[in-house]
Order: sequence, then structure tokens, then C-alpha cells
Amino acid sequence: MQYDQNVLTRTERRIFALRTLYSRAGYRSYRMRKFEDYDLYSRNKDFLLSDRVITFTDTNGKLKALKPDVTLSIVKNIEDSPDIVARLFYDENVYRVSERTNSFREIMQMGLECIGAADNQAAAEVISLAEQSLALVAEDNDYILRVSDIDLLIFILEDMTDSRALQSDLLKLAGEKNLHEISRLAAANDIPEEKCKTLIGLLGLYGDPEEVMPKLAEICRGTVAEAEVSELQDVLDRFYAEKERTGAGHGRHIVLDFSIIGDVNYYNGMAFEGYIDGIPECVLVGGRYDRLMRRMKKKSRAIGFAVYLDTLGMLGRTAGDQAIESFFGSYSAGDEEEQ
Amino acid sequence: MASMINVALPKGRLGEKVYKMFEEAGYGCPDIFEGRKLVFESRDAGVRYFWVKPSDVPIYVERGAADIGVAGKDILLEYAPNVYELRDLGIGKCRMVVAAPKGFTDDSEYPLRVATKFVNIAQDYYASVGRDIDIIKLNGSIEIAPILGLSDVIVDLVETGTTLRENNLIVYENIMDISARLIANKSGYNFKSREINALLEKLQQTAQI
Repeated sequence: MQYDQNVLTRTERRIFALRTLYSRAGYRSYRMRKFEDYDLYSRNKDFLLSDRVITFTDTNGKLKALKPDVTLSIVKNIEDSPDIVARLFYDENVYRVSERTNSFREIMQMGLECIGAADNQAAAEVISLAEQSLALVAEDNDYILRVSDIDLLIFILEDMTDSRALQSDLLKLAGEKNLHEISRLAAANDIPEEKCKTLIGLLGLYGDPEEVMPKLAEICRGTVAEAEVSELQDVLDRFYAEKERTGAGHGRHIVLDFSIIGDVNYYNGMAFEGYIDGIPECVLVGGRYDRLMRRMKKKSRAIGFAVYLDTLGMLGRTAGDQAIESFFGSYSAGDEEEQ
Repeated sequence: MASMINVALPKGRLGEKVYKMFEEAGYGCPDIFEGRKLVFESRDAGVRYFWVKPSDVPIYVERGAADIGVAGKDILLEYAPNVYELRDLGIGKCRMVVAAPKGFTDDSEYPLRVATKFVNIAQDYYASVGRDIDIIKLNGSIEIAPILGLSDVIVDLVETGTTLRENNLIVYENIMDISARLIANKSGYNFKSREINALLEKLQQTAQI
């Protein structure tokens, strides 16, 4: 059957473009066909963006929930096969509290998960698909995929202090690139200066992987994070080799930035966030979540990402350079008329 | 071509001090203090300034209308915007304190009645010390609340302490030191990192921040 593509909304076009990308990369569509027990979400509430969930009582009296997230269901329902790789993608409505309106919203979310023998090769493949996803939805705007290895941050923090509360405070400040408060907090808690310097050095790094990796190796030499640097280098090498092989994307939109933070109970290793010029918020979030798999008693490893289709809707509607430029044009003209 | 940096400055004395710092670092903008305009730009310096209400600075930055901005730590703690906090500018220094009438003693049998503009800061502070409180949100003239018996104590900013003294109040506890912070939008930082880092470096050279 022929159809006119113009009948599709911008969001629907994005979904079709992303579905095509993921299908061609060998990923199969996953559909949630039932409601999960509320218990699944309450036990893993820190994994969710918001811990508030819409619940209802099923006909058998069980407390169920409207899904605030898809990854947890996939992890729960997928067979645990650590020797093979399951490649899945989804586009589903999720129900969670919007930070802006502080009320529940139905949000369209698309995502991709690579579960099982999800090694560094799989991580490189997922990062490549994340970058290509941004290229597809950015509509001629510039885009950046910030990549980090969250274990680097975690190992350095654990080496600084045994106190979980202090680690948590330092992690929050790391996410704000708040180096001055990190120095103060470290000094106030008698953390050795050289350990604090390692953290500050790590957070000060930003830019092209080729430029950043030698500096990272220098900062982490002889520290607990040294082995993780090799791990990150291995993923990046595989990522650029994959680019070379497939000719997909350019790789020039990748920057290393170690201020990406996540809940240490769920995430480990690679973490990444996608941004599009003109949208003030993150539009893609992903990373490795082997720790979540262990919490769910699974041996498989896992890495994936989600694309926030609702945030993409802000493209062209947000404040920023374009609006300001046109305002300045009329503003100056108005001034002249007054004179 | 380098991009223009959009800067949200807090209207008032603090904003003027901050602008001087930026001007000395080479980011001056002619006529910025003339007339009633709220937006100014200098193409040569690669910067645009917006004068906005101090408590709105984090909103402009978080929502991407400005790439960077300057806000007091009190405002950042109260509203907890999702932004980067790149520098402590070391100006606009004051303290967030608990103030009480002279001779006040805390009776732990009852919730402490706390009047403040900074509800979240007060709640976080008293939660950290395990004290049950009854919070009273006020928007100004906080010092009058204990005098009229509306509250037992207040949580407020103190610079010199003159207002407290004139209203027969003393600093009962220090909560934290406050100063102006340079903040940045988390998305915009990625696309203007070169320009923002160049500005930070120049500020570091001229203002030793």
C-alpha cells in the first residue's frame, strides 16, 4: 500500500527513521504486552527517573503499575543467556512525572538494549548507534555525544573516602563540574590532596577522545583507575574501527567528559548522553548497566540507551541563539525609530 | 566563527560587580548601564548580556535562554537547577544563618517554628541536624517574624548583621557561607565549550577566581 509521508507527524517520522536504523543493525522490536507488578518498580526506584508511579489494582487483586520505564521490564522478562547477544529496540509510551509540570505525563520513548554477551565490541556498536540516532533526529543542527566511563569516577571516589555519604556528595558535585566545592569538601574531610587532585584532573578533561585519552592516562597513572583507562581505550578503538568498517557516522561528534554521573547501584563502565544544539536538555541517555543485571540475579551483561522523543519536540521551539539573533534585529530597528 | 556567549546577569549591585569583572576580562559592552534596556551585546567581545531578576538567573540558564549566568549560592541551593556550577566568583559574600531573639533557647519538646524565604535550605538544614520544624514561608521582612511571635527563629542571609542587631536578633547558628557562582547550561556548554572556557581563563587571569 502506498502512503503519503506527509501525513506523519515529526515524532512519527523520527520513530520510523530510528526503527529503520535499528532494524538494519540487526535489532528486533520488543513490545510490552502486559502490566508489571508495582513491586518491580518499587524495588528499583532509584533506577527510574522519578520514583512516582501510577498504580492500579488488577482483577486478581494484585497491585500493578503503568510502566514508567521499559528497560526494567526487558531485563526482567528476557531469558538470561550470557553467551549470546540479544539485540532489542522498543518504542513505547511511558508514564512518569514531568519535572516541568510536576504532574504525570504520557511520554513517548524509544530505546535500544544489547543484553547477554554485551562485551566491549557491543559497547562500541551501541555508542555508534547512539551517535547515528542523534544524526537522524538532529535535523541539520549540530549534536554531541558525551561519553564517559562511570567506573573511573567511582573508583577514584572510593579511593578518596570510605564514607558512602561523602562519596554521594562528591558524585553530585562531579555532575555539576563543581570543582571549587569538591576541593572544599575534600579539605574539610581530610582527604589527601593528591587524591582530590586526581578527581579534579579527571573532571577538568573535556574534548576529542584523541586529545583527551593521553591526558587521562597521565592523570590516572598509578591510581586505582588505571586499568579502567585501558578498558575505555579498548571500547574507543573498537568504536573507531567499527566506523571505519561500516562507514557509519563520522565519529567527530564524540567528546569525552567524565562529569556524567549515575546511580552506582545500577550502572558501571560506559555512560553517554546526547545533546542537540538548540535543545537545552539531554535528548539521549545510555550506558552499561551490568550492576542492574546482578541485582535482578542475571549473569548477562547489558548496555543500551533511550531517546527522549518528547524532549526532541523542543527543537525549533526553544530559547537560544536563533531567537536572540532575530530579537536583536528588531530591537535595534525599534531603537532607531524611537530616535 | 566563534559563537556569541549569552550571559544572564542578576539585576542590582551584585550584577554590576559581576559585569565589572567581565569587563576587566575583556568582555565589556558599551552603554550597558544606560537607559532601561535589558539586553546588550558586543559583537567584538562575542558576548550578550541580559539583566534579569536574581532569582530567575538559574531558570534562564537551565532552560537555555542564556548559556551562562551568575547566581548566589543561596538561590542555587533553594531551586536546585540542573546546571553546571563552573566557578565561585568570590564576590557577593554573605552567610546563611539561623537568627533568633537574644536569650532564645530551643525547646525540643515542640517543633521549632522557622520563618524564611529559603524553605528548601531551612528544611535540608534541620533534617541534617534531626530537628522537627514548622516552616513558615515569608517573602520579605523576615526579621519581624520572631518579634511578633510568628516564629521562634528565622533562616536568612546576613551580610553585616546590622538589620539583625536593629531588630534585636542575634546569629544563633551558621548554616553556610554564600557567594556568587558562575553557572552554565548543560547542553549549551557542549556547543560553546571553547568560548566558555576562554572566558573562564580570562576571568581567572584578571580576577584570580
